[in-house]
Amino acid sequence: MTAVGSPPSLDRARAVIRRGTALSLVALLGIAGVYVVALAFTPIEAHQGLAQKIFYIHVPAAWSALLAFSLVGIASVLYLWLEDPRLDLFAASSAEVGVAFSAVMLTTGPIWAKPIWGTWWTWDARLTLTLFLFFLFVGYLSLRTAVHDRHERARFSAVVGIMGMLLVPFVHLSVYLFRTLHPQPIVLKPSAPSLPWEMLRTLLLSVLMFTLLYLGLLTMRYGLGLAAEAREQRDA
Amino acid sequence: MRDAARLALVVAAKDIRAELRSRTALLSATVFAALVLVIFNFARDPTALSATDLAPSALWVTFAFAAMVAMNRAFTVERENGAFDGLLLAPIPRGALFAGKLLANLAFVGAVEAVALPLFVLFFNVDLSRVLGGIVGTAVLATIGFVAVGTVFGAMAVRTRFAELLLPVLLLPFMVPPLVGAVQVTSRLLADRPLSEMLGWLRILAAYDLVFVTLATLVFAFVVDE
Repeated sequence: MTAVGSPPSLDRARAVIRRGTALSLVALLGIAGVYVVALAFTPIEAHQGLAQKIFYIHVPAAWSALLAFSLVGIASVLYLWLEDPRLDLFAASSAEVGVAFSAVMLTTGPIWAKPIWGTWWTWDARLTLTLFLFFLFVGYLSLRTAVHDRHERARFSAVVGIMGMLLVPFVHLSVYLFRTLHPQPIVLKPSAPSLPWEMLRTLLLSVLMFTLLYLGLLTMRYGLGLAAEAREQRDA
Repeated sequence: MRDAARLALVVAAKDIRAELRSRTALLSATVFAALVLVIFNFARDPTALSATDLAPSALWVTFAFAAMVAMNRAFTVERENGAFDGLLLAPIPRGALFAGKLLANLAFVGAVEAVALPLFVLFFNVDLSRVLGGIVGTAVLATIGFVAVGTVFGAMAVRTRFAELLLPVLLLPFMVPPLVGAVQVTSRLLADRPLSEMLGWLRILAAYDLVFVTLATLVFAFVVDE
């Protein structure tokens, strides 16, 4: 327990940031390791050649982005119900990290698409959906910076988070009818994964590392939020 | 229930009366819609793209932009003299308040669309006489959903620092499904395609309306209450 008058959670915030940093560093080392495995111990894809190697960043980044955004939606629902400020801070952190991961996904995608599809960008269903998700959460973050009152900000962003979660199936449905060029699901599909074991192993390893990186960055950002709050309380 | 409907109509009537007395927002939104249509015509290379090919998208982009301008009005007018606080203090259930604001917004956006549609026929030289009912029906179906979302976001944006910029940034992603659906249905209508080819899109539009009107009504209280 801290003494009266001193910021109650600055030390805790520091500890959380430290934990997040450590986790992120482990994950980044892991991702470097994944690339050693991907380049040296995973066979080269027959049709796409070396270009396919970007798949071990692109897919896990997409996974982390979607995981981050889904958790924003869930935290938003819970916030309106429980009104716990920690849920709001969690949603804000997850949205920021999610935007970063979707930026990775949206840049690695075109780099791969240029040699393989012959075009940087195409208005394919999945591309369009993820692009709009990215815009949606950039809007979410700009809303957060535009509202001053903390409770109001939390309620407003929770409302946008919930509406965004329900928007996803509609955007997906409407852009899906435009026929899709994107490679079809190869792991999460009803039949068995259609990927040689060596590639699947590398991919799963990478997904694991990217999930760790998500958790690390999330923890770090959450700790920074706690520190900002503690600072605000101390200055108030 | 009947009481709530009556209160919603009172709120809507208040907004419409206030707007009809000044007519500022309605006039500027209509002029804005006309300008967008004119610009669309100049942005098109007439030797490369026929007006009919561009018509559905031009119509819907115009509707979307004009709707945005019209919807910014709903809550910015309430900002002056703490008018919205008065409205919140009035014994009106939040659901009825939302319904009233939604109805008023629909009336404005509908009015702007009603003016823009004949201008569209004029500028793009399309014959709508056979499909007018279908176009109007599609416009109603597509407009209800995004105006419901826009009403909630408008109430939010007005309490932030950059209301006029924030509303489009938040709302445009939500306009994608209704806009894509409406453009698809409109181009099929103009090409005399059978109803069966539009049914899928019409279902998406109807489902969008159902989901987002319900959701907007539910979350509105969280936006306006302290």
